[in-house]
Amino acid sequence: MADVKKIATRDSYGNALKELGGRCDDLVVFDADLAGATKTGVFKKAFPERHFDCGIAECNMMAVAAGAAAMGLVPFVSSFAMFAAGRAFEQARNSVGYPHLNVKIGATHGGLSVGEDGASHQCCEDFALMRAIPGMVVMSPADDVEARAMVQAAYEHKGPVYMRFGRSAVPVIHDEAAYKFQIGKGEILREGADAAILANGLMVAEALAAAEQLAAEGISVRVVNLATIKPLDEALVLDCAKTCGRIVTCEEHSVIGGLGEAVCALLSEKLPTPVRRVGVQDTFGCSGPAAKVLEHYGLTAQNIAQAVKDLR
Amino acid sequence: MTADERKRLMATACQVRMGVIEGTHAAKAGHPGGSLSAADLFTYLYFKEMNIDPARPQWEDRDRFVLSKGHTAPGLYAALAHRGFFPVEELKTLRQMDSRLQGHPNMNDTPGVDMSTGSLGQGVSAAAGMALAAKHMGKSCRVYTLLGDGEIQEGQVWEAMMFAHHYKLDNLCVVIDNNGLQIDGSIADVMSPYPIPEKLRAFGFAVAEIDGHSFDAMEAAFGLARQTKGVPFAIVMKTTKGKGVSYMENQAGWHGKAPNDEEYEQAMTELKARLAEVEAM
Repeated sequence: MADVKKIATRDSYGNALKELGGRCDDLVVFDADLAGATKTGVFKKAFPERHFDCGIAECNMMAVAAGAAAMGLVPFVSSFAMFAAGRAFEQARNSVGYPHLNVKIGATHGGLSVGEDGASHQCCEDFALMRAIPGMVVMSPADDVEARAMVQAAYEHKGPVYMRFGRSAVPVIHDEAAYKFQIGKGEILREGADAAILANGLMVAEALAAAEQLAAEGISVRVVNLATIKPLDEALVLDCAKTCGRIVTCEEHSVIGGLGEAVCALLSEKLPTPVRRVGVQDTFGCSGPAAKVLEHYGLTAQNIAQAVKDLR
Repeated sequence: MTADERKRLMATACQVRMGVIEGTHAAKAGHPGGSLSAADLFTYLYFKEMNIDPARPQWEDRDRFVLSKGHTAPGLYAALAHRGFFPVEELKTLRQMDSRLQGHPNMNDTPGVDMSTGSLGQGVSAAAGMALAAKHMGKSCRVYTLLGDGEIQEGQVWEAMMFAHHYKLDNLCVVIDNNGLQIDGSIADVMSPYPIPEKLRAFGFAVAEIDGHSFDAMEAAFGLARQTKGVPFAIVMKTTKGKGVSYMENQAGWHGKAPNDEEYEQAMTELKARLAEVEAM
């Protein structure tokens, strides 16, 4: 694994916007004074007349995007996840979600891997907030290849979409030539029979590493990437429960309201199955280098492997 | 404006007010006070100012109206119905199960409603987004939005004002219904937003201050708005909350309360008398 390419999915987002912008005249971008960090600046450089800085005013930005969508444009709105999903939640709910307008929320700096900025900027509640809005698609890509495909799929989808991208570089695990992304479809990255690990975002690479460790100990696990949190790939989750009998969910998000709870809700109604949720345990983050913060809060391959063993 | 045109607008405004009373009475809920204060504005916009076509509510080049003070939907619905977007009879289904007339406007339910609103402070941002998009798309249509004077206590309103000026949205016309009252009482007592025109000027708007029950004043102000280039335009209109129904006028209590049967009869009697008076002019 020494030479694995690493790219932050926020970079993928900016590059994908630029690439799409060349083909799609109706694509416009709104940002709130963070174009350098969210990487919408990459799009801005190529298409300055289609990039609108809204200043530090996320609530206005979200509803402005709703108005632009009502006119027929396809707006991508960007800020950090904390402010896009958190501060502007009610605008996303009432001005975007309720009228089901064609707004794509590209939120970057999701989760603990924001690192040094600390708890005020480490949004671990965005999946919960956005999942609760009727009709909102909620996604979080595992790597560069998936992130770019996701942006394209979001553009093609009619209706509101929330995408969460990361600040820190993550390993590229997909082969671009072979990869096909579809909203609402998970993918089996590795087969196994003793348990299934369901992950998204940067936890997918950790889940694959955990599967390696477990294999060395004679435990065979299936690893599934559930990049779409809503709508959940119910058929695949149920198949995992049926085939493997034990489930571990992993996400860079609170264990409240995210992928773990979505999986538990489905399984408890349709196929009760033992589950362990790896995630942020109802607590705030802290400052530090991203890797150290993730380790401190138990979001590593070791933690995932331990959760699998705890289930046996 | 000709005397005949003024008379027709006045008569239509009476019918819009009756629609407000019909709707809120049938619903046993709703917001008559602010619907009545803005009834003349709704009438002017839909019967004189805006470039719209009731037969084509989704016509791409139409002017847009965003009711940022979404709770006064009964007034908007009454204007839309009388303009021909849907049957006037439907006003009595306001707020009922399966009605197209939701308590607050929903663009996907009601023909003629351009944006879903109701949570105060958001509609003006959506209107600014529409105005920006119209310019970006090279459309000559204009965007109108109506805010309550209590609504401008919301911080987002001023984010939107800053945005409208920054992007030189001279195709945007913001109207503020200054009836002076909000749920808890006088806006001056609850949380004063005064002075309103000065605030708007400081945010870069060209501003007209008018009597919100005068069609001639509206004609002058909207005409000025259309001629103003490079900056957004705001109209601060002084109005009477509950205008046209004697016992509702200037009473904060009628912000969000429906007339009972007896009150309904009295309101309709007063409005019919006013209509007869206008028609006899």
